[in-house]
Parts: sequence; structure tokens; C-alpha cells
Amino acid sequence: MRCTVIGRDEVLHVARLARLALSEAEIEPMARELSAVLDHIARIGELDLTDVPPTSHVVEVSGALRLDEPCVSLPREVVLAQAPAVSGEGFLVPSPQA
Amino acid sequence: MSVTDIRELSAVAAAAEIGAGSLSAGELFSAYRERAAADRVAGPDGLNCFTWVAAGAPLTDVSGPLAGVPLAVKDLFCTEGVPSQSGSRILEGYLPPYTASAVSRLTEAGAALLAKTNQDEFAMGSSNENSAFGPVRNPWDRERVPGGSSGGSAAAVAAGLAPWALGTDTGGSIRQPAALCGIVGLKPTYGAVSRYGMIAFASSLDQAGPLTRDVCDAALLLSHMVGRDARDATSLEFPYAIELPTAERLDGVRLGVPEELTGAGVEPGVLEAFHASIVRAQELGALVSEVRLPHAPHALSAYYVIAPAECSSNLARFDGVRYGMRAEGALELVDMYTRTRHDGFGAEVKRRIMLGTYALSSGYYDAYYGRAQRVRTKIAEDFRSVFGEVDFIVTPTAPTVAFGLGEKTGDPLAMYLNDYCTVPMSLAGIPAISIPCGLSGGLPVGLQIAGPAFCENRLLETAHALELALDFDGTPARV
Repeated sequence: MRCTVIGRDEVLHVARLARLALSEAEIEPMARELSAVLDHIARIGELDLTDVPPTSHVVEVSGALRLDEPCVSLPREVVLAQAPAVSGEGFLVPSPQA
Repeated sequence: MSVTDIRELSAVAAAAEIGAGSLSAGELFSAYRERAAADRVAGPDGLNCFTWVAAGAPLTDVSGPLAGVPLAVKDLFCTEGVPSQSGSRILEGYLPPYTASAVSRLTEAGAALLAKTNQDEFAMGSSNENSAFGPVRNPWDRERVPGGSSGGSAAAVAAGLAPWALGTDTGGSIRQPAALCGIVGLKPTYGAVSRYGMIAFASSLDQAGPLTRDVCDAALLLSHMVGRDARDATSLEFPYAIELPTAERLDGVRLGVPEELTGAGVEPGVLEAFHASIVRAQELGALVSEVRLPHAPHALSAYYVIAPAECSSNLARFDGVRYGMRAEGALELVDMYTRTRHDGFGAEVKRRIMLGTYALSSGYYDAYYGRAQRVRTKIAEDFRSVFGEVDFIVTPTAPTVAFGLGEKTGDPLAMYLNDYCTVPMSLAGIPAISIPCGLSGGLPVGLQIAGPAFCENRLLETAHALELALDFDGTPARV
């Protein structure tokens, strides 16, 4: 059984990929817990899976595309009403240039 | 009828009484609403089942088949104008502009939206302790968890605060809380119920289903949920109508007991109740044999790659731009994203996003995600092969009875092991039901019955016959 060790740098790298800020206090427990779970998961490395096709979905979804016809969408103001910040007809986000 | 009498009625019985004119839908709604609202107000002093309770009875066509019987709905189903946060702080204040298909189908059939139920954040958890609304308590023992992630739905039904409820199941999130609360929970065949409007966790696994007091109620609720929906490309036309079960015998029904899910890791009291119910099944005429699911012990590992991978992708949409909360003080866009996600997500959700992102990251994809998908193929093959020999597989639903609040929160892996018996069916996309089969130490034990895709009617018949024979008293002290 291999022992997966996720270190501080790896945690910070993955957090960056996930667009997730972690506080200093979250980093070490995250490293420890991810290592433990990955160790358990690594057991599937013991199986011989040569020539086994992957299953991404249990349902056949080929041919599920609908015709490309315009249909009614939610009104803009209804959608914008849920946003934390709006500007006119759009979502407002912070910008260093603003 | 007194208020207590009304709440004793099963949903099927209540719908029939309303249809016959001997019970008022408004009176029934008020009886439940009052109790649900009291639990909501009590907060941590109550069971904390609900995140929202209706102020009054909604306009409902009680001439429909569900006759205005109140329905509690897991928070993660979008309900137009009604708070829907999937148990997360990041969706604080979100009032969806549309309603999930599963819910709208039920309300069109006459169900009346009573309440939204507490859950583990984004359905990630097996104890309902990962909720922005605080933990739910188990009505059988308030110092114990109700299971999760549909813990609020399960506890509400078990405590008589709702006649029935909707939940979702990704790796056991309907079946396990149903087992721990002593009620019935059904995860349908993947694709049977539209996922449109369900706030997604792991899209190749998520399925909506009923949590009910008995098997007939589960059949009635499910019968109005299934069917193809143009808004969910993975939804399927259900091949036949779901019928209310009537079976009392199991003559010739072949039940397989997989040794991989009925041995080590399952606590003795649970195994005892499980084996006693197998004996009852034999007395009803069932033919019981041992079967093998050789890859089932690897299901949990595959699941904890696939589900977090899909979660890390699905939850990318929560970035503080379009809905929910936004962290204050960010000067630029990425800083706003990362701070919002830091503040808005709880610890378990962060852990799974990290796990999924790691498993999908460059250099690890084949070792984790690729392999997990191949294991998923082997698990589905195991089931296909076994269903050539037997009609159904039976296992305990969960390896333990309800455990103490806080008992497993410090050890994610110990928490994940709750899903050991339910995850294989989820990966294979097959239907499975949990029915209460007895008590261990005064706490309910669930029996899981699983069959091939679209066997729901036969599954319900089998569960019904066993339910009658087991005669479980599913009444903890009504609160």
C-alpha cells in the first residue's frame, strides 16, 4: 500500500486551480485529510483494469440534442434580481481598472 | 378527527379521505404546518428539520391525485420564490426564478408545498452535520444524527412533521437517512426522475426520490415524479406506470445476499436485524442465496473520486457573480471568486472540491478519474451478472444505526464508510429501496433491496410484502 502525502505546496496549488482561498488554519488539516482519503482511494490501483472501458454515464445519452430553436428565456430583470451586484443590464464585478 | 388522528394517516390514506370528502385538505395542511413551523421556530432546541416553512396553504388543485397532501422538499430543489440554498451559506438569500421539474410535477398532481428541509451542504455528507442551518436531530434519539444528506426530510417524516418528503440520493443520501430514521426511502433508476432544477452535486449519480412512512406512499409519490423531461438530457421515459403495491407473499422471488456487503464492517446488531428479515422473507416464499459482487469493496474508492470530481466541476458556478453571497472587499475578479468561495463553502464541501480538483488535475487524471470510471464499469458488470441469477440483492442499508452527533465529524474517512452498502448501486445507476426492518439498541435498522434498472414496480411489491411481514412500528415519540 502506497502512502499518499499531500504537502502544503500541493494543497495551495490545487486550491488555486479550484479558485478557493484557504486560511492558514485550513491548510494543514486539508493536507492531512486529503492524504488519508487518497490513501483509501489508492486501493483501486490494485485492480487489473486492462481493457476495461470507462463508464462516465450509466445512461445512453447519444442523440439527446434538441433542435436549435430559439425559445423563451427568463426575463433579464428576474435573473439580475438574484445577483449580489448589478450595473444597468449586466452583472457587476470588481475590476482594478474601475 | 382530532389533529393527532389526521397526522396518523399515511399519505395514500389522507389523499383517499380528501378525495372522498371526509377530510379537508386545508385542515390537513394546517395540522402539519403548525408542527413544522414550531420545529422551525425552536431552532436547535427542536429537530431542526426545516429551512423554510410555508406561511399558509398554497393554491393547490385538490382534485388532483395527490389531493393537496402536504409535501416537504429538500432544500436543494429550486422552488420559485422560495429560499433554496442547498444547505449552503454561499446561496444565502437565493430565491430561484423557476421550480425543479420533480417538484412542479408533484404540485401539478395536487401536492401542496409545506416546507423545505435541512440537508448536508450541497448533499455532501452522511449525518446532516454539514449544513449552514446547523445539524438535524434524530427523532429516535435527539443526541444522534438522522443520517444524510437528506436528513431533514427523513427526520421530518419519522417525527410526523410531514406526511412525506422529497430527497436526493447520490451515494445513499435518501436510503441511509431513511434507514437511520426508521422510514422508507427509494432511490429510483438513474434517469427516471428529471434532475432539472436540482442544485447539482454529482450529475452522473444524483437522483431524486421519495422518503415516506410506508412503501405504498413511496409508490404514490414516485408515480408522479418519473418521466422524460426535455430539460434534462439524461432523463428517460419510464417504461410503465408505477403502481401501488399489493403483494403479501414472495413465492419464488430470488433474493441474493452479497457477502461483500454483509460481513466485516457491518455492526453486529445491524447484521442480526438483517438476517432476521431474510428469515422472514424465506417464510414468505422467497428463495435466498449467496451471491458475489467482487468489485463492491472498491465502490467507495471509485465513488470518492467520481463524485468529488463532478462536484468540483458543478460547484465552479458558485463564484459570487450571479446569485447568493459575495465576499466583501475584493479588489479584482479572481480575488472576489476565491474569497467568496472561502467564506461561502463549509469544510466538507471545500474538502470535496479539493479532492475532485486534485483527481482531475494534470498528471493525476488517469490514475484517479480514469481508473475510477473503469471500476464503475466492473461494478455495473457485477450487478448485471448477479441479476442473471437472482431478482434482487438485499443488504443492510447502512453499516451502523444512527451514531452520536459529533462522533464522526473529525474523521472524514469514517464518515464516508457510512455509504459502503449504498454506493455500489449508485455507481451502477440501479434502483434501491430502504425499508425499516427492526431495531438494534432501540434504534432503527434499514434493509436495502436493489434490482435491475426500471424494476421499480417489482421492487415496490417485494418491499411491500416484507414491510407487512416485518410489521415495524415506525413511530418514535411524535413531536
